[in-house]
Amino acid sequence: MNKAAAPHTLNFDTGWAYSPAPESTDHVHIEDQYKLFIGGKFVAPKSGKYFDTINPANEKVLARVAQAGAADVDRAVTAARDAYDTDWSKMKPAERGKYIYRIARIIQERAREFAVIESMDGGKPIREARDVDIPLAAAHFFYYAGWADKLDYAFPCRTPQSLGVAGQIIPWNFPLLMAAWKIAPALACGNTVVLKPAETTPLTALKLAEVIEAADLPPGVVNILTGDGSTGAAIVNHEDVNKIAFTGSTNVGRIIQRALAGTDKRYTLELGGKAANIIFADAAIDQAVEGVVNAIFFNQGHVCCAGSRLLVQESVADEVIAKLKERMQTLIVGDPLDKNTDIGAINSAEQLERINAYLDLGLEEGAEMFQCGGKNPDKGYWCQPTLFTNVAQSHRIVREEIFGPVLAIQTFRTLDEAVAKANNTQYGLSGGIWTDKGAKIFSVGAKMRAGVIWANTFNKFDPTSPFGGYKESGVGREGGMHGLSAYLDLH
Amino acid sequence: MDKTVKAEGRSIDSAAPRETQSAAKSASRGRAKPPATTRLGVAKTYKLYINGKFPRTESGRYFTVVDSKGNIAANMCRASRKDFREAVLAARSAFSGWADASAYLRGQILYRVAEMLEARAEQFVTELKLMGVDKRTASREVTAAIDCLVYYAGWTDKYQQVFSAVNPVASSHFNFSILEPVGVVSVLTGQNSALLGFVEAIAPVIAGGNTAIALAPEQNPLCAISFAEVLHSSDVPAGVINILSGYRKELAEQFSSHMDINAIIANSNDASEIKIIQEQAANNIKRVIIRTKPIAPDPYQIIDVQETKTTWHPIGG
Repeated sequence: MNKAAAPHTLNFDTGWAYSPAPESTDHVHIEDQYKLFIGGKFVAPKSGKYFDTINPANEKVLARVAQAGAADVDRAVTAARDAYDTDWSKMKPAERGKYIYRIARIIQERAREFAVIESMDGGKPIREARDVDIPLAAAHFFYYAGWADKLDYAFPCRTPQSLGVAGQIIPWNFPLLMAAWKIAPALACGNTVVLKPAETTPLTALKLAEVIEAADLPPGVVNILTGDGSTGAAIVNHEDVNKIAFTGSTNVGRIIQRALAGTDKRYTLELGGKAANIIFADAAIDQAVEGVVNAIFFNQGHVCCAGSRLLVQESVADEVIAKLKERMQTLIVGDPLDKNTDIGAINSAEQLERINAYLDLGLEEGAEMFQCGGKNPDKGYWCQPTLFTNVAQSHRIVREEIFGPVLAIQTFRTLDEAVAKANNTQYGLSGGIWTDKGAKIFSVGAKMRAGVIWANTFNKFDPTSPFGGYKESGVGREGGMHGLSAYLDLH
Repeated sequence: MDKTVKAEGRSIDSAAPRETQSAAKSASRGRAKPPATTRLGVAKTYKLYINGKFPRTESGRYFTVVDSKGNIAANMCRASRKDFREAVLAARSAFSGWADASAYLRGQILYRVAEMLEARAEQFVTELKLMGVDKRTASREVTAAIDCLVYYAGWTDKYQQVFSAVNPVASSHFNFSILEPVGVVSVLTGQNSALLGFVEAIAPVIAGGNTAIALAPEQNPLCAISFAEVLHSSDVPAGVINILSGYRKELAEQFSSHMDINAIIANSNDASEIKIIQEQAANNIKRVIIRTKPIAPDPYQIIDVQETKTTWHPIGG
């Protein structure tokens, strides 16, 4: 937007342009229309309704997918219950584990196809889908497969029991990875599943249904229902569901927690965040700037644990902001399937509208906005990486989750001030610390009220690493040994 | 206002039943017994326990607790929403100090609470008897409460080792998960086992570094309020445990809806109450722990009010 504002303008537009490096899509097969995956078969929705899923980078329709209604949810829950009673809960745990290993292996074999579809359906850069989403999804199945026959070792003096049917509702930012986070521990613990992918990103979940079919899982152990919020509500409210696992916004999480009041259903909620990323003056500044870029611009900022607030120590603020602006100019916004792309398409028109409303709001509140002013493609939904400076703790762009590539920068003088600002939020999902002093990492890390602390790194994920928030960022943990208890009765 | 309260206080004393008077007498162990005709017993005024002090309710309201024979045992403070909010403020202010106290120190303080309870055992046996518990059962309940405190005192520096983890991530990072207290916890204790139920509910909460606001059992609150005196003489920092008496129906909603409470523990069998608690808890995504029956002490009750924090750091030069 305002190139002159950057102290050193590096011009990468002339002479340094990258040649297009598009990932091929010819090996990918997407059907024109997808039905619901219930009881081991693809079946037409009783609702008779279908909706389009589009590529947010060019607004072209990729496929039509079924809209599951209440009757379809009921059919899926019944299939999951039958599978639980007749097969899955009776199977030897080691055998259960072997089915899950199979899923991991088939995802690895078909990894490139999954990566391309993930990028096409959701708008994320192919490089991230290829290097992060899909390998981690396979790793998740592989990790939890091994737990299936070892659960007794995880909880001293307890005999873990499966819960029954798990209803799982996942978001659009990491479609296959979130499906893996939900399905893998549920199956390992002996539960059966009804999973609903997000309305805008249903394709990799449907491809996962193909994998589950190919792995020969007993029919009904995993059921996949596409649909909108009403489908999710029908799953939450179904009487024969024993557990709800939800990842999404804090507002919807609140509605779900309220809806489950008075029932015996267990729940885990992975909700919003507004993570503070703190840079101390003694940090390795270049490394920290890279970390900040990864923290907020990874996956277009569509990350619940994104480092969307930067707190930088006053003495290095000018340097950090200048370097950040310089680095932002090198970020390539554009075709998600191009291997050079850093920032892909915003997931949907609706989300773009929400982000743009926050950009307007930031300016209205008196903050200073910085964008590099790159040209957006003609079609599709795009947002240039954005910084806001001169913001106050009370500004809505500092307090509310934007879920886009928008960073609010504040400064601080003392360690206590940094911690106070970092914790001054309803959220508590993640936080970042950049410093060269080990003692400071431990003291600040202990004081930050958040479930994941990244010290001199950010946005790292692993199946063995528990993930989840404090305060209004959710209830429970996913990942690691801690993620098992969400799917087990320990009494 | 002050005068009225004092006048009320006096009238409670003079109206105190024989049982309460003898309880007061039995508490004055080791003194020569004064002639019954000249010495009137001094009954205790039961008040709230907020921020290490014993205030009356700001509302000036009271309710009457009757003993097993139908006599008035005490006029209890009927705590208000405002009293509860004061207690939350106290618990929040005390939180970081208590959470940051070393596990060893928390263990010693809990052990000290056990010591103090042991020293006052007779007082609690008397209070339990007053409410209709036979002597043997009452003694057993008091000793079980003492042992429960010793049990959790021992856990303070062990649960972290049992339940935390170093996670073998595939990338070049050192990654570990530890437990941290969830924050301020509200506790609605069960109606039975006036002392033991209360101690079993709050001990794991504070053993794990949380601070608490607990509601005494509505019809059986004497022991819980007297337990505040034990806490008060045990180096438990002010605000770490706050104890209210009052109407559960009136206060349950406050305990579950307040935005600065991180978790609620409710011993309850009442389906409609459980539903209200769970609904209100959603205001700020509280952790809700419902216990429908008494359970023996175990470390999982500490874990119920802990958060898992996972920290990553790169490995390399």
